[in-house]
Amino acid sequence: MNFLKKPLLLILILAALVMLPILVGNYQTTLLTLVLIYALLAMSVDIMAGFAGRTPLCHGAIFGCATYGMMYYVSTLGGSTLTGALFGIGLALIVTLIFAILAVRTSGVYFLLLTLALGMIIWGVCQRWTSVSGGENGIRGNIRPDWLMDPFNFYYLVLVVVMIASWVMWRFVKSPFGLSLKGIRESESRMRSLGYNTTLHLILGFLFSGLMAGLAGVLYALFNSFVSPSTVALTQSVKGLLMIIIGGVGTLFGGFVGAALIMGLENIVSSFTERWSMVLGFIFIFTMIYAPEGILGKILKLRNSSSKKSTLDHPTKPVS
Amino acid sequence: MSFTLFQILNGLTFAALLFIVASGFTLIFGLMRIVNLAHGAFYLLGGYVAYAVATRYDSFLLGLISAAIVIALLGYVEQRILGLVKGVDLYQVLMSLGLALVLNDSSLVLFGGDTFSVPIPELLKGPFILGDMSYPRYRLFVLLIGVVIFIALWLLMNKTRLGALIRAGVDDSETIQALGINIRRIFMITFMLGMALAGIAGALGGAFLSLYPTADSEILVLSLAVVIIGGRGSLLGAAIGSVTVAMLSTFGQVWFPELAYFVIFGPMALLLAFKPTGLFGKPA
Repeated sequence: MNFLKKPLLLILILAALVMLPILVGNYQTTLLTLVLIYALLAMSVDIMAGFAGRTPLCHGAIFGCATYGMMYYVSTLGGSTLTGALFGIGLALIVTLIFAILAVRTSGVYFLLLTLALGMIIWGVCQRWTSVSGGENGIRGNIRPDWLMDPFNFYYLVLVVVMIASWVMWRFVKSPFGLSLKGIRESESRMRSLGYNTTLHLILGFLFSGLMAGLAGVLYALFNSFVSPSTVALTQSVKGLLMIIIGGVGTLFGGFVGAALIMGLENIVSSFTERWSMVLGFIFIFTMIYAPEGILGKILKLRNSSSKKSTLDHPTKPVS
Repeated sequence: MSFTLFQILNGLTFAALLFIVASGFTLIFGLMRIVNLAHGAFYLLGGYVAYAVATRYDSFLLGLISAAIVIALLGYVEQRILGLVKGVDLYQVLMSLGLALVLNDSSLVLFGGDTFSVPIPELLKGPFILGDMSYPRYRLFVLLIGVVIFIALWLLMNKTRLGALIRAGVDDSETIQALGINIRRIFMITFMLGMALAGIAGALGGAFLSLYPTADSEILVLSLAVVIIGGRGSLLGAAIGSVTVAMLSTFGQVWFPELAYFVIFGPMALLLAFKPTGLFGKPA
């Protein structure tokens, strides 16, 4: 991932993100905001899938818990936006902790299945617990403070939050703790015999990933001012996972690429046909066949193989 | 007839349906390590096929048979597609998820978003009366079919050569390949058998649970729970898992309607946390 350390490229990307809303209209700015929110969700999935080697299918549910928490606190209970955001993130963290304790002992396909089932519990509860969640009708209510009503202001708020979160995640995966997660991905038994408490590491990694997913969920609550069971549904988790797979599992910033591509395509395809979900399915199938390492993963792989033949660092190693 | 007995029968008949779906799922998972997340989509499509044929030709049996055949053939296609990414389990799981999205959307195009019920033959309509008890005949019929399929699969797995090969394949597919057996053909047969069971379940379930666009993920998640509880590749596990999940679901909906999902998945998650391979599963 050396090319991201080059300041020039980084500054160019940042400048583009700052300038874009000025160049495009209101509608595109709203779309860009959504891309940033989903990129954050995709990156939070990558913390588990790419770095801890545990592919989860529950991040949509964690994301949605934060959305529900915030909507409930601000809209139903009438609390303030900031405490609502903290409440949402806190709720997401509690849910993540329970998921983590139950799931970290499994790995591979079992981890995927267990997190899928855990995510479905959240969906089921949101669907049925009508007195709190509003059931199918969801919770509606304008929770954005006045100064955020302008789509440009809101875009810049999301941009700042997502940039800081990305930087924190980047530091996290490069930290000794992040490297020990990578070690667990490569060989859990070896890490355990080296004296690492792998269970605790995985739980903490999961919590961090849940924190980021929760942050994305809170931003989504502000974005949408509405939440219904479809926000916590399996499709949401699938979307987050697909975005990071298309971007490149283990590349972290591939989340931006995947989110931009999926949201962009969804926007374009939906204007022609109602069959977006079929198109999404085909994208999934073809990605798995032709580019399981993802777009950014493929670029990095090509760069790595051209600069040095052997490399110790496999950023795109398939998770299993 | 007492309320509890009625609910127990509801649970058992639902368990029979779940078993038919989950047995196919667990056979495929056990033998090929493929978690087929499109299983629910095939169940629903099987139901739609049965509905279309049964209403057109006015024959429930014909609908059931055509659902089994059509879904088995589609299963053949799916297995060929999944074969393109051999090697990494996880890629196949994710690919089957993509297939599920495509299949569901196709079903939506073909059959629309309305709710359908597969028509029940006259013979199975109405209540079955014994003394002061009465219970819908059709649900008892499903229970019967579930038991018959359990016995048939048990005999197939334990008394025939094919069953022995499948069991050997579950334990160690490389060794039986080295013994000169065409394991790929056995994979194919098992996959199509599992899919045919999904199709049959769709036809049976389509008559008492009815068919609608999200029915697939509901049944998929429940059969996932069954397989997780019972353990990969175990028929007995699938049977016990089905009864457990169906009872929890039936009584959960009566006693804690708002938390029904929690009642099913809470115990499952706890079991998995302490015994990751399920009740009868072998370590991966």
